[in-house]
Amino acid sequence: MESVGLNHWLVVSAMLFGIGVAGVILRRNALVVFMSLEIMLNAANLALVAFARHGGGLDGQVFVFFVITVAAAEVAVGLAILVALFRLRGTVRVSEIAALKL
Amino acid sequence: MSHAFLLLLPLASFAVCGLFLRRAHARAAAVSTASALAGAAWAAWLAWTKAEPGAGALWLDAGGFTVAFRMEWDALARLMTVVVTWVGAAIHVYSWGYMRGDPGIGRFYGFLSLFMFSMLGIVLAGNLVMMFLFWELVGLSSYLLIGFWYERASAADAGKKAFLVNKLGDFGFLLGILVVWLALGSVDFLDLQARAPSFAEKLAASPIGFLPLGGVALLLFCGAVGKSAQFPLHVWLPDAMEGPTPVSALIHAATMVAAGVYMLCRLFFLFALSPGALEVIAWTGGVTALLSALWAVAQDDIKRILAYSTLSQLGYMVMAVGLASPQAAMFHLSTHAAFKALLFLAAGSVIVALHHEQDIWKMGGLGRRMRWTAGAFLVGMFALCGVPFFAGAASKDAILLVALRENRALFALGAFTAVLTSFYMGRLFVAAFLGRARGESAARAAENGWVMRGPLLLLAAFSFAFAWREGWARACLSTLAGGAPEHVPAAAHLFFFALPFFGLFGAWAFYRGEETDALGRWFPALRRLLASKFRFDELYLWLVHGVQDRFAALLRGVDHWAIDGVGVKGLSLAALCLGNVLRCFHSGSLQFYAFLLAAAAAATLIFGVLR
Repeated sequence: MESVGLNHWLVVSAMLFGIGVAGVILRRNALVVFMSLEIMLNAANLALVAFARHGGGLDGQVFVFFVITVAAAEVAVGLAILVALFRLRGTVRVSEIAALKL
Repeated sequence: MSHAFLLLLPLASFAVCGLFLRRAHARAAAVSTASALAGAAWAAWLAWTKAEPGAGALWLDAGGFTVAFRMEWDALARLMTVVVTWVGAAIHVYSWGYMRGDPGIGRFYGFLSLFMFSMLGIVLAGNLVMMFLFWELVGLSSYLLIGFWYERASAADAGKKAFLVNKLGDFGFLLGILVVWLALGSVDFLDLQARAPSFAEKLAASPIGFLPLGGVALLLFCGAVGKSAQFPLHVWLPDAMEGPTPVSALIHAATMVAAGVYMLCRLFFLFALSPGALEVIAWTGGVTALLSALWAVAQDDIKRILAYSTLSQLGYMVMAVGLASPQAAMFHLSTHAAFKALLFLAAGSVIVALHHEQDIWKMGGLGRRMRWTAGAFLVGMFALCGVPFFAGAASKDAILLVALRENRALFALGAFTAVLTSFYMGRLFVAAFLGRARGESAARAAENGWVMRGPLLLLAAFSFAFAWREGWARACLSTLAGGAPEHVPAAAHLFFFALPFFGLFGAWAFYRGEETDALGRWFPALRRLLASKFRFDELYLWLVHGVQDRFAALLRGVDHWAIDGVGVKGLSLAALCLGNVLRCFHSGSLQFYAFLLAAAAAATLIFGVLR
């Protein structure tokens, strides 16, 4: 039986990324959009770890720790914004918030 | 700069009349007339002492182009100044009588002073730029005075016509001045005269070297064609008779229309370089003289007959210049100024006495009721026809003698025109002054007061030959080129002596005792042909309406549809559409932006990396 190689990990990473993109684009709830974003980040993390393992270095794995840290900080800020948004508008449905234009 | 007073006097009078005295009629008339009389006296004194004007002051200095405010006071300028100021003064006085009771006297005298200022400016100008400036001012004052009775549509139209036709000639004149400056590098008459011998080489070396010498001369001649109403541009002068009669006498007979001839004489050293151009000038003058004399035969309006006669006499003068004799031209100009002003003033006197009746076939018998006017008219008429011992005889004979020497065809044309001249003048005199009164107003006409009779007497005195004695005329004109031949065969004398009498007796025999125009009864077709003036007005009207207006409409279409439509509006419409399309992408929805981002990334991958 063929062992699990680099390509398998990359395929999983790509699928995760695709699911994340679909979630960001299609879901209406801002919280779910946020979660989908996290899936995309983790897809990138998976690809980094897979490449690090394949190349034999530790750089990629160290980089992933940084990404996880930054993602945690980003979640804190993002959730705060969501709470503030909900207090202001009374909703977190993305389709009702079209404020990114002049 | 004592000569500057000649210009400053009428200018000050114009300013005072125009600014303060527009409603104060009597005072405006007094100011303007006083300035004209003072100017006449001052001009006579300066001419008598031959005082030298100053060197002139620098006026314009732009790069290599300098213009000085310099005055000319040679024999030519002296003679012309005296003619202009004296005829002008007589007409200022006469206008007191003619314009009495008119509501616009203040305006009238203001404009008259403006005209005197501009006309003297032309005469005294020491360079081409000054001359052109005053040339245009003269055109303006002529426009203002032709349209003086602007409530009348015909007068307003006539003013406009005169102005526009003159502009046509002035355009050529301006081009000519530019070419002369480009070639010779100066506009001052003295410089030009000094550099004239090398004109041909310098012209060939200048940027407009393709232009022949004769072309430059003809461009300058355009100015004279417009101002002196020569053949192709003659149409404005008869219509200019819509103005008050003193204006017709001063501007459109004695002085302004002579400015073209004066300019030809002033610049004769340039014209003399090109025999071809002189030939054209001579024939233009000859044709004008003949045609307008023919047209005069079929006119019924007393002023229009005189207007055509003016055209004809101007043709003589231009012909004389073309025959290389500015001396004869200036001589005729001077005598013509006196007797034609006299004729117009006498006609004005008749018009006033008849309460503005101008048709000669409604006059008749005025010789008995208006003896002074009739006498003055007779003197002017004899002078115009060239009857011996009157002023016109000496000057017209000089021109004809020059023509006899230079060009036999033009001599024949000139001699025939002279007979025609006396014929139509005889017709006018027989119809208006002899016979019995044919109209209500003619039957009750009475002589006018002394304010109108005085100027008539002064000008009548100038219309006698002794006023232009051989010695005086020669002294005034000796510096000009082209004297008349000294030795004249006796046969020529006899011929010139008889010439006017053919016409006068012919007219007397033909029109004596007639109630209406006998020409129309005996030769209706001929009269219709002459009265149509060969349809030049209609031709020009067609040129404007049929050709120029259509061309303008075509250009307007191009402007409207191609330049405005496609060029300007098309571009703005394209920008507008593009903006509307791009606006759809700017929805403000975060998810839509994310979609676009993902789609773009995917597209980049597919087209950029995978292929």
